[in-house]
Amino acid sequence: MDYGLDRKSTSLKTFNTIFIIVWLLIACFPFIWTFWGSFKVRADFFSRSDWWYAISAFNTLIETGGKFTTDAYTQAWTEGEFWKASKNTIIVTVFVVSISLFLGTLGAYALSRSTERYAFWILIAALIFRAMPHITLVSGYLFPFFQLQIWGILPTTIVVLVAINQPFTLWLLYSFFKTVPKELDESALIDGCSYFQAFRHIIMPVMWPGVITAGLFSLMLAYNDFTVTALLLNQENHTMVPKIQSYLGTNQHEGNLMWAVSAVVSATAPLFMLVMFFQRQVISGLTAGAVKG
Amino acid sequence: MGINSPLTQNLMPNKTFFWFFLPTGLAMILFIGLPIISTGIQSFYAQHDQVVKEVKKCDPFGCTVSIVVDNEETTKLREAKPLGKFNGFGTYVDRNHLAIDEIKKFWNETESFGGFVDQVTNLPFYKALIFTLTYCLFVTPNVLLLGFIIALSLNAVARKIRGPLIFGTILPMIVTPLVGSLVLFWMIDSQGIIGANIQNLMNDPYLSLKSSKTLTWITIIIYGIWHHSPFAFVVFYAALQTVPQEPVEAAIIDGASRFQRIKHIVLPHIYPVVTFVALISLMDNFRVFEPIIGFSAEGSAQSLSWLIYDNLVNEEVILFGSAAATSMMTIVGIAILLAPVLIRTWKEFKTAR
Repeated sequence: MDYGLDRKSTSLKTFNTIFIIVWLLIACFPFIWTFWGSFKVRADFFSRSDWWYAISAFNTLIETGGKFTTDAYTQAWTEGEFWKASKNTIIVTVFVVSISLFLGTLGAYALSRSTERYAFWILIAALIFRAMPHITLVSGYLFPFFQLQIWGILPTTIVVLVAINQPFTLWLLYSFFKTVPKELDESALIDGCSYFQAFRHIIMPVMWPGVITAGLFSLMLAYNDFTVTALLLNQENHTMVPKIQSYLGTNQHEGNLMWAVSAVVSATAPLFMLVMFFQRQVISGLTAGAVKG
Repeated sequence: MGINSPLTQNLMPNKTFFWFFLPTGLAMILFIGLPIISTGIQSFYAQHDQVVKEVKKCDPFGCTVSIVVDNEETTKLREAKPLGKFNGFGTYVDRNHLAIDEIKKFWNETESFGGFVDQVTNLPFYKALIFTLTYCLFVTPNVLLLGFIIALSLNAVARKIRGPLIFGTILPMIVTPLVGSLVLFWMIDSQGIIGANIQNLMNDPYLSLKSSKTLTWITIIIYGIWHHSPFAFVVFYAALQTVPQEPVEAAIIDGASRFQRIKHIVLPHIYPVVTFVALISLMDNFRVFEPIIGFSAEGSAQSLSWLIYDNLVNEEVILFGSAAATSMMTIVGIAILLAPVLIRTWKEFKTAR
């Protein structure tokens, strides 16, 4: 709050600066450290004798002849088949985001323009659905999916993720559509547009910020999901996050833990870049429902 | 509502609403509504016992009758009735869930109340319930507090440098919990940078996360606060931007201290947002599960969601019934958590009409 009258004492300013630095260190250092460590060998990053090895690269020098090595990356991406996992993640993410947005904008537009009682109850139902732990839903899916023999394939997972994502998308887009004045579509209707035409040609063009925000959240859900993808996909179709977990399970093998480290970095980096690029949208999305109270 | 035309009264006719809402409604009914019903049905069935047969074996020293598993018959039965055998509420009350019989037994046999509580909290379901509740209880308030402090603090720095600071702050939130917990675990592991240094500092080479249940719980709770605080921060930060300036300035002129200003002007203004964050954070914390895998803490910390996961990845035969029963009880737990909010919303809705 930049109050003209509010003069902060120097001690308070210093304290504030120190607090922010400490917090940022806590928030960011783990990622920086993992990134740094992903270019070392296991004996350095998980050193039994001396943690300083991770910085001096003692074993990395002995094993590879350089201070940094990209062995973990090349092995995880080729031998560990991380390329396949990232391909699957891209497929899942692209489809989930586009289908979610298509269904979500239609539904949320209708909810925001209806004054009927049921629109309110639908929103409440969506809130309850949003609260369901995903694992309880998965325990409902598994058996019927086995019976119908649609378990393990990407399309099933995509549809499930779209559905799980709908409650949040609806709430988010609903609060965005509410900010678009009703007079806008009213005038279009009076001019003889159908509802769909008004939605398509009048409302959607002004809704892009909201759509981008909702798209980002669908993307983060699909990209980050572990519960659904780990249990509904077979080994062959695993996306990145369950793949990372599978590297952990076999860590008797010397290299595999470092595969997991490099895979974590590979999976996180694109996400960070995306959020850096769309930071404003992420924040407006998180607060859309909240600020109105 | 500005204009009172017939259109504004009820802008969208029911039929149009139906067609617009159909796709998303169908998706939610098919993949959220039906699975809950399917879980409910599955919870009343249990997997088949293995079919056994008697085998008579004779050798020069006489005949013995042994009982062996009839694999062929078992497979046949499983294929004929894949859902399992009807079990009623049997799964709900068995040892791995509500454990009614065991609790009765403990009540009758144990001398002291403390001993009774000890035994009950060692039963899998209650153990998981207690961890889940402890996690919610410690993480939610701390997330609100830390998020609020960070928001106040960042709000006081120069506008120019806020962008990168906000980016750094929200990093823990945007990674998936599994990755977030792994990244921390690799540091505090006995071979990681923090863990190794603590061992040196304490001069105890055996000190490690896995060695103590309390340490594991504290670690997971700290992870939870680390992961969720950015969300609270973002919402509070946005809300702080809407605090009106006039009363704040008036309070400064009247000589109110910084703390008094926060307590009497800022907090009341953002109160609705606080309840929103508390609710979302409670819902998310109740489903805690991935950090347990990330920290490989299955030994000393189990949550309700983890129990379901464990049943579903069971090696021999997937325990659908058991997982479903735990799921149903988790849903009941969520309903209890949500009840106050729903009742309040309903009352507001009624008075608004």
